[in-house]
Amino acid sequence: MADRAVPILSADDVRKAYGSSVALESATLAVGRGECVALVGESGSGKTTLLRCFNRMVQPDSGVVRVDGVDVRERDPVALRRGMGYVQQEGGLLPHWTVLRNASLVPWLRGEAAEERGREALERVGLPASVFGGRWPRELSGGQRQRVAIARALAADPAIILLDEPFGALDAITRSDVQKMFLEVRRELGLTALLVTHDLHEAFQLAERVAVMHQGRIEQIGTPDLLVRAPATAYVARLLQLARVA
Amino acid sequence: MSRGWAGALLAAAVALLVPGAAGAPQQRSERPVVVASKPFAESYLLAEIFAQQLEAHGITVERRPGLGATEIAFGALRTGAVDVYPEYTGTGLVAVLHELPMADRRAVFLRVATEFPRRYGVHWLPPLGFENTFAIAVRPETAARLGLRTLSDLARHAPELTAGFSPDFIGRADGLPGLERAYGGMHFAAVRPLLQAVKYQALASGAVDLIDGYSTDGEIERHHLVVLEDDRNFFPAYEAAPLISGRLWRDSPAAVAALSELGGRLDARRMRLLNRRVEVDGEPVARVAADALAQIGLHGTSGPARRVTSNTHTSLTSYLVARRGRIAELTLQHLLLVAASLALAIAVAVPLALLLARVRRGAESGIRGVGLLQTIPSIALLAFMIPLLGIGVVPAVVALFLYSLYPILRNTYVGVRDASPAAVGSARALGMTAGQILRYVRLPLAAPVIMAGIRTAAVIDVGTATLAAFIGAGGLGDPIVAGLALSDTQMILSGAIPAALLALVIDAVLGACERIVTPRGVA
Repeated sequence: MADRAVPILSADDVRKAYGSSVALESATLAVGRGECVALVGESGSGKTTLLRCFNRMVQPDSGVVRVDGVDVRERDPVALRRGMGYVQQEGGLLPHWTVLRNASLVPWLRGEAAEERGREALERVGLPASVFGGRWPRELSGGQRQRVAIARALAADPAIILLDEPFGALDAITRSDVQKMFLEVRRELGLTALLVTHDLHEAFQLAERVAVMHQGRIEQIGTPDLLVRAPATAYVARLLQLARVA
Repeated sequence: MSRGWAGALLAAAVALLVPGAAGAPQQRSERPVVVASKPFAESYLLAEIFAQQLEAHGITVERRPGLGATEIAFGALRTGAVDVYPEYTGTGLVAVLHELPMADRRAVFLRVATEFPRRYGVHWLPPLGFENTFAIAVRPETAARLGLRTLSDLARHAPELTAGFSPDFIGRADGLPGLERAYGGMHFAAVRPLLQAVKYQALASGAVDLIDGYSTDGEIERHHLVVLEDDRNFFPAYEAAPLISGRLWRDSPAAVAALSELGGRLDARRMRLLNRRVEVDGEPVARVAADALAQIGLHGTSGPARRVTSNTHTSLTSYLVARRGRIAELTLQHLLLVAASLALAIAVAVPLALLLARVRRGAESGIRGVGLLQTIPSIALLAFMIPLLGIGVVPAVVALFLYSLYPILRNTYVGVRDASPAAVGSARALGMTAGQILRYVRLPLAAPVIMAGIRTAAVIDVGTATLAAFIGAGGLGDPIVAGLALSDTQMILSGAIPAALLALVIDAVLGACERIVTPRGVA
């Protein structure tokens, strides 16, 4: 399914520092069409910074970031973002907008038939608009809010979705349900996904390839199988051991 | 789009509509003679005597009693906002001309009568016939215990005593600083600034040991106080006289003649008795003034005189009921002062805060700078405005506007800056422009915080607006200032109670607005 010959997302030798603290150092990554790659690492490893380079929420100091083969610096950031889905931890739903209006946000920004797309997207994540559309985000459970956030990211039919710890704040059972839903939807739509997580189990379950990040660098990138069989560095080996997947 | 946003707009629009009613320009042509006074009983009484004397000569009069202190009353006269008020020659010499005090009253009058027209274009009319110098008064027990008879005696015992002086007296050269020099150091254990209206009560209750009063105060007699003799002849001559504007001097010889008729007719004893009727017995100023004019062989008009004092024998309820029309009128004036200044403050502070939230750099120091306005004492701010804006509604609205800026600016800035970072972040990542984020995310989420700032400003305004009476802007401060000057508790309450109720009502109404602008889904 994944076609790595034509990378749809690529980062080439990207560096980013905040003052004297280096967040990213010579980060190189390519994600093929339809592929899901997970960025794994502890807090401060640079995984969120790398993710946010792709929708220009972060401007790298050097290196080139491409989406669909085009240098993102040549793209208008607003148009670029409207063309990609984005889900963050705890959803970031607009608290003063109903579920349906939240889900319809991106099509509305793009001037498309917003409500219709919002309804379809809610249907897809298992929250029919007829039941949930008029509710406020605070009236939903944590899992339902993350489903709405995913629906919102998908409503404009993007080819790419960026996810930043999307399931991190959920309890184990809810997380497994939402993960399963996400896996199905992604396969069904053939989405390219870049997923930031600190949970190696989640990475192994959802992603075709996993990039382990440490202190701003990518230590190793490969399939779960490869990582388990041949960890490239002591850090990767130790991470696998701690997560009891090795 | 969003209900919250629409609500905020509606609230702002309604607020903006109100000042149209308040900002009616003052008419300058064909205006009546404006008679003012300073905020103490004798000044009220003399101003009323002036007014009735003018009315008896067929001259139309507008009364503006109770203007701030010397700076405010004189400032208003100088700019022509006021035509006449009773002033004391010694005050003119020291507080206005900044010259050393002199004890010779003829010399003092000659000096001010020559200098004032030359420097300020205002004129002194002949003195009324009595002096009202400062008088340092103590309780009889204190005088007996320490053997106090003169100010020299007082200087020796000063370190044992707590003084209560009016802020005016503490600062001016012919007040405490001069007194200390003349008597070779007069260092009290403590000096408490006290308003004229509460000084006698403070002395009688033992809160302070001595006060500065005026030699014609009726209260001195009432409390049987001992006035210490000025044995070094320090206090300068303070003859009372009408001080009139250049405009009245030039354009209205009839008014000048009528006021000049009062020259030399009121002696100190008569004045003390008249003051006592007003201050102690609570007789209406208008009636006492009419009697005074009759006693000296002139004909007063007690007719259209504004009822500025009460019959203290009625109950508070019947007092309030009897004056309900006047109270309603003052409440409306008060409300308009608050509404106009608040609307202006919203129109300036909200856009400014949005700009600062956008720029960020220098925002904190900018807001702190506006916050400094809050530290300017209101009387000082009002006095500062007279040369620029005269007296009346306009400077009052401007002063209240300046006081309202800070809470609205600060709340709007903080509300917009700190609006749910998660919601703002995701809105940005999904492709909202900065303008859309402001309009659809930050402003609706900040609306309750902004509204809370407006509410704070409004409640502060209701309180501060009572001080607007000091510059003749009307409102519920009128009876408070007059009541304080005339020691009339019912009159004070007839302003203070409606002002407190108004604050509660405004707070409740704006509280409801706060709930309305709070976006559904957030509360």
